[in-house]
Amino acid sequence: MADRNPAADTPELRERWGAFEFTESYRAKADKAIARYPEGRQRSAVMPLLDLAQRQVGEETDTQGWLPLPVIEYVADYLDMPVIRVLEVATFYFMYNLKPVGKFHVQVCGTTPCMLRGSDGLFETCKKRGMEKGRVSDDGLWTLTEVECMGNCATAPMVQINDDNYEDLTPERLDEILDELAEGKQPKTGTQEPGRHTSEPANALSSLEKMTEENHDYRSEW
Amino acid sequence: MLADKDRIFTNLYGFQDWGLKAAQQRGDWDDTKALIARGHDNIIEEVKASGLRGRGGAGFPTGLKWSFMPKESKDGRPSFLVINADESEPGSCKDREIIRHDPHKLIEGALVSGYAMRARAAYIYIRGEYIREAETLQAAIDEAYDAGLIGKNAAKSGYDFDVFLHRGAGAYICGEETAMIESLEGKKGQPRLKPPFPAGAGLYGCPTTVNNVESIAVVPTILRRGASWFASFGRENNKGTKLFQISGHVNKPCVVEEALSIPFSELIEKHCGGITGGKDNLLAVIPGGSSVPLVPAEQIWDAPMDFDGLKDLGSGLGTAGVIVMDKSTDIVRAISRISYFYKHESCGQCTPCREGTGWMWRMMERLRTGDAAIEEIDMLQQVTKQVEGHTICALGDAAAWPIQGLIRHFRPELERRIEEHNAQFAEAAE
Repeated sequence: MADRNPAADTPELRERWGAFEFTESYRAKADKAIARYPEGRQRSAVMPLLDLAQRQVGEETDTQGWLPLPVIEYVADYLDMPVIRVLEVATFYFMYNLKPVGKFHVQVCGTTPCMLRGSDGLFETCKKRGMEKGRVSDDGLWTLTEVECMGNCATAPMVQINDDNYEDLTPERLDEILDELAEGKQPKTGTQEPGRHTSEPANALSSLEKMTEENHDYRSEW
Repeated sequence: MLADKDRIFTNLYGFQDWGLKAAQQRGDWDDTKALIARGHDNIIEEVKASGLRGRGGAGFPTGLKWSFMPKESKDGRPSFLVINADESEPGSCKDREIIRHDPHKLIEGALVSGYAMRARAAYIYIRGEYIREAETLQAAIDEAYDAGLIGKNAAKSGYDFDVFLHRGAGAYICGEETAMIESLEGKKGQPRLKPPFPAGAGLYGCPTTVNNVESIAVVPTILRRGASWFASFGRENNKGTKLFQISGHVNKPCVVEEALSIPFSELIEKHCGGITGGKDNLLAVIPGGSSVPLVPAEQIWDAPMDFDGLKDLGSGLGTAGVIVMDKSTDIVRAISRISYFYKHESCGQCTPCREGTGWMWRMMERLRTGDAAIEEIDMLQQVTKQVEGHTICALGDAAAWPIQGLIRHFRPELERRIEEHNAQFAEAAE
């Protein structure tokens, strides 16, 4: 079980985040999320709302975002839930950051399918650049986290950085991606294998060849 | 090899657009009204006759599962369909391809299946890390609403049906059906005791069926082409086509749709460019996602890849996430990393799992370096038996089985490491 505790409740934390509330656009998104659940079941929206709150904190701090205690309390109040119930959810699910993270949250998958295809080398690459697991780098750019299987096993190894996946990586390819991000550029997302489109056998398509040329309708062959 | 015309997911690799118009050109949403007009029970019977077994791992017959849902609501409670898109099992990456490249198959399947089981809405629970995939799926849902295909009078069928997307936030356990329901209700994803089963009291206490993405997405095609078409693939009791996901030490890892019961060798040679270093370099295979026991090379090579064929080898088809390991693999480390995964993902509710997964992982790490006594292998085996079957959900079992498979097939390797390690220390002491 992952041991996860919220950041210390200090006067500074209160001062910085005590007045947190959703901006107009985030409030609209939150209300839309609540409307997806039946009347009286607004508590179901606690996960989307925590995600939105984390994203807003991210925008305000130019990072991926995290959940300070006053923000968690705000979400509880928004949904008319006891704070402890929201805190339970925030600590249970791994994607809610309970501590500040860097501008880029580099989440390297280290589970067996990625391990077999060389994720050790990706951790080395990150280490060489001064990243440490669970710490924000001194320039505020990077936080390294080892994550469990991200469901990209056929294009392993992979990292997820904020909202995007980079797959079929080698240490060199990861280095290039991190360089580009540091320069403020957006690297190509998805597979990094030249000639590969997504999860097909790379450069050796074994089925559905017609689909590469046109949006083929196979029904006439049924 | 399965012919392209018999593949259900023709845009599996995303060479073409996922959007509504392109999906319609490929045959999705083609007179869905007529499918629904066949009636609730006819659809269920057709799915039963097709032999479709759940694609999420357990392999329970899908049509039979639907038939547990109440035919009428005596107390006004609505029924729900929950679609499990919380694909998090190491080695599994098939639902992602459906969601980002063929989302309309899933949405149409949700409507038809939801209608069959008399549900008023479907909640699709997608894992939180599938961020771009969730964006695509939400856009596809919005398209379907705008075109009148779901919502009030869905696809002009006279049936009202909503489809909602719910994003998870990084907890593997939410793939367990009752944990998923808890999570949808805004709680920690800790599995519920059964009974009551979800078909009696599930989401919000209402009758609920939880199905995997692939199980739902294949339904419209089964109805269009007929149960006998689907049942013409695979061996008895293992019918249909299936998405296989091959990762690890093959030349061309990929996701591919094939007929069930395809021999392992054919799957690897035809689609994956063979084992790295050739057939003789194969060490072992985890054939169904991380939770099933591994199978050594000599047993897997000719085995049919289906539920019963792999069960006969003491393993399972699971999600058909095939993890291939060649002879360069540190097999103890590979399994130990899986043990770490289960330690990380245990929800903490049941003591045998919460404490056991951590204990087993620490023991595995010692076995990795050989820092143990020979008797401890048996002790570990015994502890896995104390975890297995003694927890509310199957995560405890899933944590135990890979270790049991390792001990069953690689005990000499474990003993070798221990002897080597202890000999080194004996030398140093002299």
